[in-house]
Amino acid sequence: MTPLIAQMRAEVLMTLRRGESVLLALGIPVLLLGFFSLVDVLPTGQGDPVDFLFPGILALAVMSTAMVGLAIATGFERQYGVLKRLGTTPLGRPRLLAAKTLSILVIEVLQGVVLLGEALLLGYQVAGARVLAAGAAVVLATVAFAGLGLVMAGTLPALTTLAAANGVYLVLLLLSGMLVPLDRLPSAVAAVARLLPSGALAEALHATLGGTGVPGRAWLVLLVWAAAAPAAAARTFRWE
Amino acid sequence: MRAVEVCDLRIRYGDRVAVDGVSFEAHAGEVLALLGPNGAGKTSTVEAMEGYRRPAGGSVRVLGLDPIRDRRKLVPRIGVMLQSGGVYPTMAAGDVLRLFASYYARPISPTELIATLALEQVAGTPWRRLSGGEQQRVSLALALVGRPEVVFLDEPTAGIDPQGRLTVRQVISDLRDSGACVVLTTHELREAEHLADRVAIIDRGHVVAIGTLAELTASEGGGGSGIRFGGPPGLDVRDLAVTLDAPVAEYQPGQYRVDAPSTPALIGVLAGWLAQHEHPLTDLHAGGHSLEDVFLRLTRSAGEEGTG
Repeated sequence: MTPLIAQMRAEVLMTLRRGESVLLALGIPVLLLGFFSLVDVLPTGQGDPVDFLFPGILALAVMSTAMVGLAIATGFERQYGVLKRLGTTPLGRPRLLAAKTLSILVIEVLQGVVLLGEALLLGYQVAGARVLAAGAAVVLATVAFAGLGLVMAGTLPALTTLAAANGVYLVLLLLSGMLVPLDRLPSAVAAVARLLPSGALAEALHATLGGTGVPGRAWLVLLVWAAAAPAAAARTFRWE
Repeated sequence: MRAVEVCDLRIRYGDRVAVDGVSFEAHAGEVLALLGPNGAGKTSTVEAMEGYRRPAGGSVRVLGLDPIRDRRKLVPRIGVMLQSGGVYPTMAAGDVLRLFASYYARPISPTELIATLALEQVAGTPWRRLSGGEQQRVSLALALVGRPEVVFLDEPTAGIDPQGRLTVRQVISDLRDSGACVVLTTHELREAEHLADRVAIIDRGHVVAIGTLAELTASEGGGGSGIRFGGPPGLDVRDLAVTLDAPVAEYQPGQYRVDAPSTPALIGVLAGWLAQHEHPLTDLHAGGHSLEDVFLRLTRSAGEEGTG
């Protein structure tokens, strides 16, 4: 096994063995999708609630894994001196980051499969989804969320990172259109949400999975966050 | 060959000077111990060799390479054991060893290392559930798995049980015999005596003495002579010196040193003087000085200079 594949495999296995990351990556999205599809209390519009909820929950799952999961795991690895120790192995930092990125993509595919299965059981209709564009949006958002996660993990103590990541997750969830359509929010709040990576990803997934084009503004927002957040992480990250 | 060359190394943390002009070298097939009290600058010195600390002055070369600038070339050839941590807490000892083995081109078989370090029983146990001594042995295994030419061990026997200590000593001695250069830190004199070919005594950021054990203990005035004994503090050393016809000093409260060949006759006179004055004899050491004598004298005198 090459160092990159071995490290990626280790990262995926550690994530799947941590109860709290499984809860975050699969438990919460599966529960939210199931509950609000069956209990029609959210203002999800005319159609079947699951048709609105599936793209939004997919966006939520991406945010959980790429931002919260990564931030918490990396924060504790920094605190335990794991990152320091890896610095004097031939693995090297670029390969460590590549392994972490690949492991996030693996977990996201897993989340996508589980959530799609659940959505289909709940009556979700796959019609004319633009899979390629959806995939591109997910990759851009993953880079942006990972950057945000690493800004926290690389500067704050591990326990503060844990709290901060969960707090940011909740705020971004509410300001995103993942559970509630953005036009139901006050217009000023909705305008802010459209500039956040969570809002842009939810918008992009709602459009692509619904078979329509993504507004250029959402792509632009995703691109800017995907460039700015990792750049900020690279500038601020402390390995010890 | 000089595996490690440290020249006038200075390390600062903000205004605090942790290492202030340290120089030494270490060779292939040799164990060098950096010995000193806590906070002496040992770890900072080792971390400069590992590339974790950027020197404020001086130079460090490991295998002829700069640990920071040539990091990528150097890291496959060195092994590092941090003072604590450094391992994924939830990962089983055997798994972390196999993971680290995958980083290197020509690793030692993890199975073999597990056997060498007597870790068979805990290979499936997550790191965080291992005892301190087991964690130390896993850390040591991780330092060795890449067949390093230079090994840096920061307090390798701290917190380890006597059985594990023997295992670690054996592994270090085998490393030296296989031609590796080992640089380790310790604040325990006994460990330096057992493990090292040469010892550099570090105190307050300075190397206060360096040499083989024989050189260091011989330099302590008179070589294989002298008597040290323990008794009540505040004995009349002047009277005793007259009786023994040799200089006597109370170098620590209740600890005395007689600077004269430790003949049976002289010890007899000493014992007689103590008996005559009805003083107890709590400790008696005849002959060569131990590393402890050297260490205590050097680190103490540095302190007196520092406050003077």
